[in-house]
Amino acid sequence: MNFEDEPVPGYPLPIRPGHTSPGRFERVLRTGLFAVTTELDPPDSADPEEVYRRARVFDGYVDAINATDGSGANCHMSSMAVCALLTRVGYAPVMQISCRDKNRIAIQGDILGAAAMGVCNLLCLTGDGVQAGDHPQALPVFDLDSLTLLETARTLRDEHHFLSGRKITFAPRVLLGAAENPFAQPVEWRAQRLAKKIAAGAQFVQTQWCYDVPMLRRFMQHVEDLGLLDKAYILVGVGPLRSAKAAEWIRTHVPGVHIPDAVVKRLAGAADPAAEGRQLCIDLIQEIRAIKGVHGVHVMAYRQEHTVAEIIERSGVLGGRKPWHPGRDPQANTNRMAS
Amino acid sequence: MRWIGYQRLERPTAAVERSIKGLLFDCRMCGQCILSSTGMSCPMNCPKNLRNGPCGGVRANGNCEVRPEMKCVWVDAFAGSARIPGGTEALRQVQHAVDRRLQGRSSWLRAVRQRLGETP
Repeated sequence: MNFEDEPVPGYPLPIRPGHTSPGRFERVLRTGLFAVTTELDPPDSADPEEVYRRARVFDGYVDAINATDGSGANCHMSSMAVCALLTRVGYAPVMQISCRDKNRIAIQGDILGAAAMGVCNLLCLTGDGVQAGDHPQALPVFDLDSLTLLETARTLRDEHHFLSGRKITFAPRVLLGAAENPFAQPVEWRAQRLAKKIAAGAQFVQTQWCYDVPMLRRFMQHVEDLGLLDKAYILVGVGPLRSAKAAEWIRTHVPGVHIPDAVVKRLAGAADPAAEGRQLCIDLIQEIRAIKGVHGVHVMAYRQEHTVAEIIERSGVLGGRKPWHPGRDPQANTNRMAS
Repeated sequence: MRWIGYQRLERPTAAVERSIKGLLFDCRMCGQCILSSTGMSCPMNCPKNLRNGPCGGVRANGNCEVRPEMKCVWVDAFAGSARIPGGTEALRQVQHAVDRRLQGRSSWLRAVRQRLGETP
């Protein structure tokens, strides 16, 4: 699918009235299409080809690719660098920014730099504590939190100055995102927290993994009651589980992931647990897409990235649409080379 | 108070504030107290210094992701705010980025000066 005012796919688009970024992802959301995003596991390497190899497995199935920022407090190639590499060839990355490793000076500089390199989407996160990762002896920064980070990015974009008040000459044109976990305590307050994030500037939301649809429905009902359904685009997190053992490990060791017993039982009873895990993911996507106010899914298939294409294909959520990727339109790519 | 001089009042006021609020609320003396907006649960005790609500890592038993033996300050804040008139409303306010220069200084003195229309 191409937008009519998109001469060279992958290049920045004209910013339409009411839009805040020249990105394809914002276009997809505002067009009302069911969006699909995914997560790229950044390499423990300085080889750019590794980034491209990891991005290519999603070609034709996703509208945007999240570049994680030291997820789980583990050290990898930075989200900024992964995004810079991805924008070079036209991908639409979502740059994740965590407050764990950088103070407000570094973060604001990164936002300007990222926008300069063509990054159109930011996901503002608090970040996991350092104790969760491979460098527990590191200093946790947390100068800002996810909300003040959203406010900061919005200040740069809309008010054209740093937090200090000093002017910037060209504002970053970005779409701002936030995360929410409808499945963590205090559950009854989660929609309220989302309201705060929207008030602070969030335009899209990507949630933690959902394995409990009734719980998600209660959350979405609460979101609707607060009048937030048309205030932000909500993408629900999903992902395939490899086995009952993996599910058990994740729910005990990864903070904030809620997996009901029924899910673990379903995987334990399957002849091919990995295939059952993919089927479960497809079933969840189909249930989730029917919920009012859900604008897409965010597929987090950590170390199973090769399964994303199959899951999205079989779920049918793209409805025959083929998201742009480098090399999709040979003619347009020739133009890109020539221009 | 202006006559005594705020500089001279700062240290004794901060010391009194530290001992009273430290005892009652495990106060961290951030210098920009928002206890009345957080159900009297000090958000600076959160290992991530979250002043705007809980992170996504809160455990099923309501305890902290980073320090599993500790109750999440925001689970406490949520419960505490329900007991204060207007508490849940206050919880919805967006708290702006904290000014790290005020660490260790008296919030009380600051509040008094703000009320008198002075800029502390």
